[in-house]
Amino acid sequence: MVYLTRLEHFNAAHKLYNPNWTPEKNEAMFGKCANENWHGHNYDLFVTIKGHVNEDTGFLFDVKKLSEIIKEHILEKLDHKNLNIDVDFMRDKMCSTENLAKAIWQQLAPHLPEEVKLHCIKLYETPRIYVEYFGE
Amino acid sequence: MQNRVSVFRHEHFNAAHRLYNPAWTDDKNDAVFGKCNNPSFHGHNYELIVKVTGVPDAATGYVIDLKQLSDLVKKEVHERFDHKNLNLDTEEFKQLNPTAENIAIVIYHLLRPHIDADKDVQIRLYETPRNFVEYPA
Repeated sequence: MVYLTRLEHFNAAHKLYNPNWTPEKNEAMFGKCANENWHGHNYDLFVTIKGHVNEDTGFLFDVKKLSEIIKEHILEKLDHKNLNIDVDFMRDKMCSTENLAKAIWQQLAPHLPEEVKLHCIKLYETPRIYVEYFGE
Repeated sequence: MQNRVSVFRHEHFNAAHRLYNPAWTDDKNDAVFGKCNNPSFHGHNYELIVKVTGVPDAATGYVIDLKQLSDLVKKEVHERFDHKNLNLDTEEFKQLNPTAENIAIVIYHLLRPHIDADKDVQIRLYETPRNFVEYPA
């Protein structure tokens, strides 16, 4: 089994705010991340797929095609967007990095060809904070 | 000849912003600023590098106490901009387009009065790992 990773980037605004809570409770839980006018991040997205190497090409999968799939189904929807307002698959969800990583998996997995499987979505919100989701 | 040394402090802040000119039509803003004109905003992890240049003090060996510089940046920059919407939440960008260029100029003028005049100050601001600006140029 070989694991292949493609790194992509997107820049987005978001806030951590539970609409069922009072503003005070949101601030107590999320601090500055609850700013009602949003804040933002340069997100780094690592998409890892797994499978076996093709004997003819030496590839697990053409990484240029993987990049195009990620751009079409993920980056077009997230880059330079407001994650709370602009993204249909994040509506009614808390815009945490955890939920975003899971949602990216769910959006991406159906568009990968049969011969490869999604192994991991690793999403950096900042250089010091990242989440990994393995589809479980 | 005295030894001039540059010291650097690296800080960061995370903020939302939108690039647009309110005097222009939507079409013109889209044409010039593209995706950066999203009316719902987008955001960045900004990386800020403050460069201070001078002759090390004979008694301390410091050009500037980097802990004091860090405290200054936290007070003048981080508290104003971190986890904020630059267009909506800040006085500095109420009528100024928050491009990386303008943010660097604003940060310079926020810090300059608090650093001794015999030191040179330069701001480098990364909007993304590949796009950064310096002021003064």
